[in-house]
Amino acid sequence: MDMITLDHGSGGLRTAQLIEEILVPAFGNAALNALGDGAVLPALEGPPVFSTDSFVVTPWKFPGGDIGKLAVCGTVNDLCMAGGKPLYLSLALILEEGLPMDDLRTVVDSIARTAKEAGVQIVTGDTKVVERDSADGLYINTAGIGVLRAPGLGRAALCPGDAVLISGSVGCHGAAVMMARGELPVEGDLRSDCRPLHDLSAAALAAGGVRILRDPTRGGVATTLNEFVEGGPLCIDLEEEAIPVDEPVAAACDLLGLDPLYAACEGRMLAVTAPESAEAVLSALRALPGGEGACRIGTVGDARPGRVVLHTPLGGSRILGKLTGAQLPRIC
Amino acid sequence: MLCETWLNAFRRTPGAARLVEDIRRRTENRAPVRIMEICGTHTMAIAKAGLRELLAPGVELISGPGCPVCVTPAGDMDAALALSARPGVTLATYGDLLRVPGSVRGDTLLRRRAAGADVRTVYSAAGAVELARTNPDREVVFLGVGFETTAPGTAACVLDAAENGVANFSVFCLLKRTEPALRALLNAPDCGVDALLCPGHVAAVTGADAFGFLPREYGLPAVVAGFEAVDVLYAVWRLVRMVCDGTPALENEYTRLVTAGGNAAARTAGDKVFAPADSQWRGLGEIPNSGLALRKEYAPFDAAARYALPRQAGTEPPGCRCGQVIRGALRPDECPLFGKLCRPEDPVGPCMVSGEGACAAAWKYRPADA
Repeated sequence: MDMITLDHGSGGLRTAQLIEEILVPAFGNAALNALGDGAVLPALEGPPVFSTDSFVVTPWKFPGGDIGKLAVCGTVNDLCMAGGKPLYLSLALILEEGLPMDDLRTVVDSIARTAKEAGVQIVTGDTKVVERDSADGLYINTAGIGVLRAPGLGRAALCPGDAVLISGSVGCHGAAVMMARGELPVEGDLRSDCRPLHDLSAAALAAGGVRILRDPTRGGVATTLNEFVEGGPLCIDLEEEAIPVDEPVAAACDLLGLDPLYAACEGRMLAVTAPESAEAVLSALRALPGGEGACRIGTVGDARPGRVVLHTPLGGSRILGKLTGAQLPRIC
Repeated sequence: MLCETWLNAFRRTPGAARLVEDIRRRTENRAPVRIMEICGTHTMAIAKAGLRELLAPGVELISGPGCPVCVTPAGDMDAALALSARPGVTLATYGDLLRVPGSVRGDTLLRRRAAGADVRTVYSAAGAVELARTNPDREVVFLGVGFETTAPGTAACVLDAAENGVANFSVFCLLKRTEPALRALLNAPDCGVDALLCPGHVAAVTGADAFGFLPREYGLPAVVAGFEAVDVLYAVWRLVRMVCDGTPALENEYTRLVTAGGNAAARTAGDKVFAPADSQWRGLGEIPNSGLALRKEYAPFDAAARYALPRQAGTEPPGCRCGQVIRGALRPDECPLFGKLCRPEDPVGPCMVSGEGACAAAWKYRPADA
């Protein structure tokens, strides 16, 4: 079978073949095609935004995505959440000896497709091969550069009365990966929410009044919202009933004793907006693919500084803390 | 969608507000009704829905010895930790046990794994047998914790291994029985419980009637309940009515799963493999016939015999009050370590570790006004 061998990481003939036969044809663009030690890029029309992320998800393929799609979305989304328009990515592949070449092609295709969708170019990269059993198929690192589009986003901008919005249902990615691992004794219609957030973030920012954007990845919605207010004078009041959880996700989480509010999303966006902007931002999000389920889930307040408070349907209320320990390892 | 109707029917129903109102009205002019839940899943459900605060002060919900991880004594964890260090042994365990310390603070299976021990997480005993089948060169030991609920599944795996010659599989049996522990708890002079919320999962196997001794011998109302917020609320309402009216009886709220007689086939499998044995409980000490041990016929699959594991009580961590919490004698937030020295990220005792522990529930779902 056609597979990765240590020769592919030698820096010699096989490495060159890998680059020229698989990688360049998939990603080809002016900056990459030069195959220099680094990419020379045009000057940006504003301050650069820079981010990096590594991907070790297991299994590498899951319903709704794979490690390649995730590797593009992860960094693209980080740039978007920082208020940037993503432009360029680097791509570093760490491959395990014996990885079927077809698997690599699948991942590379997925990277190329997602990059195209997100409007970014892969402009530089690196490939290493490690001995069998020194990795788990393949790991990916991407770093990305964008140009700042919305300065001033951040928790310092939050005010009491602001609206807390989410672009769709929570916890789908975590539940889908769990299912793909065969850790659930059932089968069901679970798909990862993995998607690039460039359009949704741009639409939210264009609608105006946005204070902060974040994608609730590891640690989920609960942990991300805690990071908005911890150590500060404000709190967030969440209405449990308003938080969208797809029923297969709720059922899967129930079976394993997990809480969807702590399960990772890879294509959802939390936005805090000025109260008067909430409806405009929600309308803008709902008009786009991946934002159909956007809704308001809570409000910024100042009654319990530093806390996220969940109000339950039965009339109780409780503190929603950050995730402690790993709910699920190697989810992205 | 089935799921939608199903989950929401038991989580969000307009009738819930009426139940809360009626419970408040009935408990207005009397001493608080003290209800003990004896299942860790109930503990979590109560904390998650904020029921404890919602029903206070008229109803006091007390967590009992219902978390299988919590009642496992430090000495048994010491034995499991020692086992994980043996060459050739793969330890298969439910995830909850990974973070439970033995007699030495911080000494957990999670740390042992990071340091090189072969410790695997499984979701069922069947997963452990599968591990043994696919790793014939390893000795796979399953840490069998739990109550009557997990005993049949564990038994089925021992039977499977025996019939199919999976000789590299064994069980370190830490299984416990509900009734002897409940009796020990209720016989204690300081037990001020008015009524019991009985575990639906256990009752699915034992049958609801297995809890008939509570009203019959102790004069205590008992309701077998499911695990959604409204299940619990409804059961509490029925318990409050019985306490206030002085009409103790056994009722079954969880009729969609639990019958009076339970699951005879499951019990038969359990009885075939296990026999009652004396057992150590954290917080309750040794209770006669409160545990399950493998019968002699299945001795080759008994890890305790196979590896000559010591069964000692072990040493509780200094200052840890888990023992009192397990007996319901102390509320988690009354422990001086709670939320200070003892938190889920760096737990001192098992009640803060387990997903079903009273302290973990109280911390994770702490009320907004605490």
